[in-house]
Amino acid sequence: MESVLILTHADETGAALTKPSLEAISAGLELSTRLGVSIAIGVVAPGPIALPKSLPCAVVAVSGEAFAQPRYATDAAACEALCRAQKPSIVLAPASSRFTRVMAGVAHRLGGVIDTHITAIRGHAGIEASRWLYRQRIEAVITRDARPWFLLLDAGTHAAFTADPSAPAVTIEKIHVDLPALRTTVTGIETPKQDALTIRPDAKLLFVAGAGWTKKQPDGQVRAQEAGELILGFLRASGASLGSSKSLVDQGEGQGGNSVLPFLTHMNQVGQTGATPRHPKGLAACCHGEEPHVIGWRFIAERRAISLDPNCGWTRGKADVVYIADAFRVMAKVNELLAARSQS
Amino acid sequence: MANALHIVACAGIVPDPLQTLEPTLAPTGPAIRNEMVLPAMLDPWAACALYEAASLIAKNPGEPQNPSKLWLVSLTPKAKLQQVMMTVAQKLSFELVPIDGPIGGFTDAHSTAAILAETIAALPGLDRGKLLLFGGWESANRGAGVTLQLIGERLGITDQFQGVDQIELRDDGPFEVLERVEGGRHQVSVCAGPPAVLGWATGNLPEPRNNPQIGMDNMRTIMPVLQKAKTAALDTNSLRYVSATLPAQQRTTRVVKDMHPEAIAQEIVEWIGKDS
Ligand SMILES: Cc1cc2nc3c(=O)[nH]c(=O)nc-3n(C[C@H](O)[C@H](O)[C@H](O)COP(=O)(O)OP(=O)(O)OC[C@H]3O[C@@H](n4cnc5c(N)ncnc54)[C@H](O)[C@@H]3O)c2cc1C
Repeated sequence: MESVLILTHADETGAALTKPSLEAISAGLELSTRLGVSIAIGVVAPGPIALPKSLPCAVVAVSGEAFAQPRYATDAAACEALCRAQKPSIVLAPASSRFTRVMAGVAHRLGGVIDTHITAIRGHAGIEASRWLYRQRIEAVITRDARPWFLLLDAGTHAAFTADPSAPAVTIEKIHVDLPALRTTVTGIETPKQDALTIRPDAKLLFVAGAGWTKKQPDGQVRAQEAGELILGFLRASGASLGSSKSLVDQGEGQGGNSVLPFLTHMNQVGQTGATPRHPKGLAACCHGEEPHVIGWRFIAERRAISLDPNCGWTRGKADVVYIADAFRVMAKVNELLAARSQS
Repeated sequence: MANALHIVACAGIVPDPLQTLEPTLAPTGPAIRNEMVLPAMLDPWAACALYEAASLIAKNPGEPQNPSKLWLVSLTPKAKLQQVMMTVAQKLSFELVPIDGPIGGFTDAHSTAAILAETIAALPGLDRGKLLLFGGWESANRGAGVTLQLIGERLGITDQFQGVDQIELRDDGPFEVLERVEGGRHQVSVCAGPPAVLGWATGNLPEPRNNPQIGMDNMRTIMPVLQKAKTAALDTNSLRYVSATLPAQQRTTRVVKDMHPEAIAQEIVEWIGKDS
């Protein structure tokens, strides 16, 4: 008989669970209901935490100041203790940077196995999990008999659990953790230069800038500064998240990883050697839409592109709509229209 | 800085991303059709790790009687690895430790990690107290991001960092690491010193230029070790593929030519505002 443990952790305030943790709770509840098996939730948090009401299962938690820092030694010890206390056969956890850093180590300590980047879990008799291989080029459904089986769920693949505010608060059982000697201290978080937080995972729209923005234009001019202003103006007006092609960010190599557009770094890069973000819509401008770039768009539902080149990759079945036009002119007008809307 | 570093970089090889990949069923389970003959390259994020390792060693060479060292450990078909080495070996100096094994991303990471850990533990001359275990934070084939972590656990290393973009050694032994976290930010940590595991993201270094002299020096040692590479079989650890398919990729694209930029802008703004 299977038993499911959902591992979750506090957000940066320490007072609430992260959204991906709430998504893992939904996925776990769905799975345990389908299989008709027991379920528990494990929490890693520095101190008391406001858990959603109406959680229909046992909650165990580790807490202490040591868990305020996302760090391998402490987080691995915490998750190990929660698993040893619950002895689950299936462990679900969000693929946050915090849990991605440690969960394979935890699976190893428990004598278990792990699979990551899980996008869906199905199956009645057994458990089957979907994941992508070769950077989102091949979709596989996998299963394993080995237990405990750890599954790390990609963010945005499940709806977040919502509490019933009228339900009673849940009681939490504390689990003791023996901490190893600590050799690592988290000293802070660095935000991008100029404080321009351009990566917004929850945005409805991904705006992808390509190398065309900084290339010589048909009038013979390079208009990088104007490009930067148009892009930032659009991000401000639309709330979009900013992605980039590799060619554009690579232009800044040797300048501390920054592009000639100073607000872009390799973290904005989408594609084979970049990110594969999840947004309902994506708009590319001045980007050619080559395959190593477009595989980063796997989870973007609606796709449009603006390019001068009628033979660019986007026109070959990779986007829903491609505008063959000058992105400088189009985006200037888009910004104007958005500004007019916000004033009306 | 006098402290010598022993850096072990783990890297596999993957198909060139411009190639078309087609899944097929082999006797052992799913595979990529003709993967052995597709042009291959060093796994990109692991390659970044290798470049960062070489740069760190150039800055911290150690002392003549106690020099810093760089090993490149790779579990992959040796014939394919030899092809990839023709270019990689021209970029920087390292000692290759090849293990002849199956190609592809459908293998089980736990088995790969077990073999790599065993190989690293047996490296002649490796001082585990000086060890920095490098690799990519995810491969471009399996993309699981767990192999380095598992090797680290097997070697008893509990200072681990993933999505690393920067390491800075301090004079007295500790180092500072920048790891990617959500929202395009970096978490900054200070670790007391090796041993540690660092799974690299892109880092900050460009690909080193090819230098035929370095290539010739490297190949003198690479060819004999490739010939003597031990063979490893990988356990599945009960991993079974129910299916492995190509997604339906093709969209019906509306290509809009000769529309005035103002009209395009209008259409885009309407589209952005619509609930999908
Ligand atoms: C191992 C490997 C990994 C890779 N990983 C990635 C990755 O992760 N991400 C990635 O993006 N790429 C990746 N690439 C590179 C990829 O193959 C392409 O080279 C890259 O995506 C091209 O970037 P681009 O489209 O921005 O630039 P270009 O190919 O230079 O295209 C610029 C486009 O802008 C258009 N343009 C110019 N001016 C205007 C204008 N005024 N208005 C409208 N359009 C205009 C041009 O017509 C052109 O279509 C990888 C390659 C390899 C070999």
